[in-house]
Order: sequence, then structure tokens, then C-alpha cells
Amino acid sequence: MGSLRSVRVTVDSGSCHGHQMCAIAAPEVFGSDDLGYATVLIDGDVPADLEKKVRRSEANCPERAIRIVD
Amino acid sequence: MGEQQRPVADLTTDYDIMDPGFVRDPFPAFDEIRESACPIAHTERWGGSWMPTRYEDIVAIAQEHETFTSRGILVMPPVPGAAEGAYGAVAAPPITSDPPDHHWHRRLILPVFSPQSVAKYEQGTRDLCNSLIDEFIGKGTADAAGDYAQHIPVRVIATMLGVPLEMETEFTSWVRGVLEQGMTDPELRQASRMNIIRFFVEQLEDRKRNPRENDLITDLLNAKVEGAVVDDIYVLGVCNLMLVAGVDTTWSAIGSTLWHMAQHPEHRRMLRERPELWPQAVEELLRVYAPVTMARIVDHDVEHQGCPMKAGDRVLMSFPAANRDPRQFERPDEVDFEREHNRHVAFGAGIHRCAGSNLARLELRVALQTWLERIPEFELVDPSSVTWAGGQVRGPRRCMVRFPTVATPA
Repeated sequence: MGSLRSVRVTVDSGSCHGHQMCAIAAPEVFGSDDLGYATVLIDGDVPADLEKKVRRSEANCPERAIRIVD
Repeated sequence: MGEQQRPVADLTTDYDIMDPGFVRDPFPAFDEIRESACPIAHTERWGGSWMPTRYEDIVAIAQEHETFTSRGILVMPPVPGAAEGAYGAVAAPPITSDPPDHHWHRRLILPVFSPQSVAKYEQGTRDLCNSLIDEFIGKGTADAAGDYAQHIPVRVIATMLGVPLEMETEFTSWVRGVLEQGMTDPELRQASRMNIIRFFVEQLEDRKRNPRENDLITDLLNAKVEGAVVDDIYVLGVCNLMLVAGVDTTWSAIGSTLWHMAQHPEHRRMLRERPELWPQAVEELLRVYAPVTMARIVDHDVEHQGCPMKAGDRVLMSFPAANRDPRQFERPDEVDFEREHNRHVAFGAGIHRCAGSNLARLELRVALQTWLERIPEFELVDPSSVTWAGGQVRGPRRCMVRFPTVATPA
């Protein structure tokens, strides 16, 4: 089905310390709970057009709390 | 004091964080230590400390909070024999807390600083920035640090705490007394700390007599943990932390980034033409101009990366050094708003990640945006006349800039 790929993304809540750098890189995908810890806003696969932003989020997390599953 | 005059023999065994050259520009020293056989340096100066310079070591130490505790967080040792009476126990929770208390200390204040909560301060911060610029825009010259950056975080924090804005000068002087001049003057550091505590003791008494609606101090006094109202000493500590940690730090970041922008017209133009870059530009500026160095206290004797650290030793957490490590960041000294990999630790890492980071980011972005809207073109008057504070918090303290004046339409 061509070049569009979708990925799944998770945040390890034990490692996340609320830097919010994922939400800065991909506000469509990551948000914040009441304490400022990261939440994933998308159920299921992340749309392919957001993949680049999700990869950037992963590469901006100081706690390495983001997992991308291809 | 001898240590201020004796020249540094070897950076890896004798570094001096208060050396004037290091204060002005610590990055050559960080680079030299980082690439030496001893990337975790040690000094006997200023009470003795270890100083890791590699990103990986600094993040690992931040994350190993059981070995590297936060019972001391200042880069200088405590004032010996300081008499504080009943207030000796006032700390700065949660940054000075270790688990298990750290958990509830942090949970009580994090909601105040979530991205959603701090958003309500954006318009007020913008109005404040505009009113500061109104004072000097007609003159064609200004001190970007002293006339602008210095006034922003202190007024935002005073607004959050519900304390009188007219006391801005006192607040700034107390915080500088703790974090700047107090670094080398223990008596001043102690006196400044006591001024802060006495002020907040009065504020707590006032809130108990006259509780306020939508008031942080009132809410903290009423907060309950496992059914019990929290102690005053905790509330005093939180107020102490918000003032001490929320003023000098963000002011320094605003000042450093204006100093940068004054020298980089291409970066000013880039943000004008591509405003969608703002969020990542702020992160990149935070990486390169991280203002804060924290400290940890070693809990028990441990050998860390070959360094024999003893219980009670102080470890400096130089987040500015971590953020310039070429092992982690390509072209680390270059500001690149389009950098893809930016796991910067300007706000630290692990359980003590800066609780106020979302507010700090907001203030930095709004302060820069407002300045660049009103004063799109500006330059340093004289690069050699810029003065810097260093030690715990790094940033310019005097930074004169000039810019074209525009006649206001009649």
C-alpha cells in the first residue's frame, strides 16, 4: 500500500518526569495530564503524516520514555 | 580568600567555578575536562566538589537519586553554625526532598505548573513585557538584562504567589543574595535566606487570618495529605523554592537569549519568517543557554566511573556542560532551530526535573517574542562590557543594546 507507514507510540509512565518535550515536538500526538506528565492523545495507530513528528518527540525525550513500535 | 587569588593549576583537579574567566565563559573549561582522562573533575575549592561534564554521567547521576541525594542542592556548602531557630527546617520542597516525602511534596505543586495551568499567565506576561519596553523604546538603547529580563519572572512569580508586586526590588535582592553574591559571602546568603523566610512567615499568618479565594498560599495551607493538613514548614519551603528558583533562573535565560539574538540577525529573521519554529527554537536556546547548575550530596561511599566518591561529597550538576557534550549533540556550540535530536537537560532530569519548567518556557517565549515584535533589529553596544553572573545560575547582569528608534505616528 505504498510508502505511508503508521506507527504506534507509548510513554513509559515510570520514566516520564514531565519535561513535555514530546508535546512540544508533536502536540497532535502528546498531551499532558493534570500533573504535567505526558499522555498519548491518539488511540491506535498514529497517522502516517505525523510519523516524522513522533520520531522527533522520541529524539527529544531526556528520559527516553517514548517507545515507537513500527 | 586565598582560593580567589590562587591560579588554577589543573582543571581536572583544581577547577574554580567562581574564577572570573569561568564565570564569563565556562565552556572552554567544560570542553577541556570532558575530553581529558578525567571527565569527572574534582576540586578542593569552595568546600570541595566533583564536577561531571559528560551528558551521560550527569543524566545518570540525576536519575540515581538514592545514591545522589538532594539534601543539599546549592553548589556551595551550607553556612557553618548558622542559627535559624525554629526555621532551620525550612527547605525548598520538592527540590530538596528525597523519597518518600518527595512524592507528595511534588504532587501538591505540580498541578499549579502544568502546561494547562500556566497558560493563564501568558497574556499578563505579554502585557508586562510591553510595559517594560514602553519605558525604553524611545531611547534607542536599553540594558536587556537590567531594564527588561530582570523584571519579568519576579513579577510573574509574585503574581502567582499573591504577594505585593511593589516589593519586586526586595525579592530580587534577596534571591541574588542567596544565589549570586551569597555564593562567596555566606553571611549575606544566610541573611537573605532569613529575609525570605520571615517575609513568608508573615504571608502565612496573613492568609490564616484572611483566607483568600484562588490563592496559592491559602490553598497550600489547606492542602491535606492522607487526611492531615500539611505543616507550615512545608508551605514555607514551597514559597521559598518558588521565589528562589523562579526568579534568577528564568531572568538569566531571557537575558542570555537576548544577548544571543543581538548578535544573530539570521536567527531573528528566521523566527520572523517561520513563526512555527518558535517552540523548538525555545528548546534549542534552552539547550545552549541553560542557566542552572544544581548539586547533589553523595549518600554513601561509592565509586562512580572510577571516582572514589565519599558519603557527604558534593557533586555539581552542570546542566550547561551536559547540553554541550558532542557525544550527545552534533555541533553542540551551534544554535540550530531545526535540530532534530535535542534531549537537552536545561531543567535537569529524573525525579527533580524543574517543576516550574512549563512556566519558565512560557516566560522565555513571550519575553523574546514581545521584544522581537517591538524591537526587530538591535545589537550589542559593546560586547566586552557585558557582565555575567555564574556559579549556581548563569546569565548576563548588564547587557546594553542599541536599536533604531521609530517615530510614533501622530
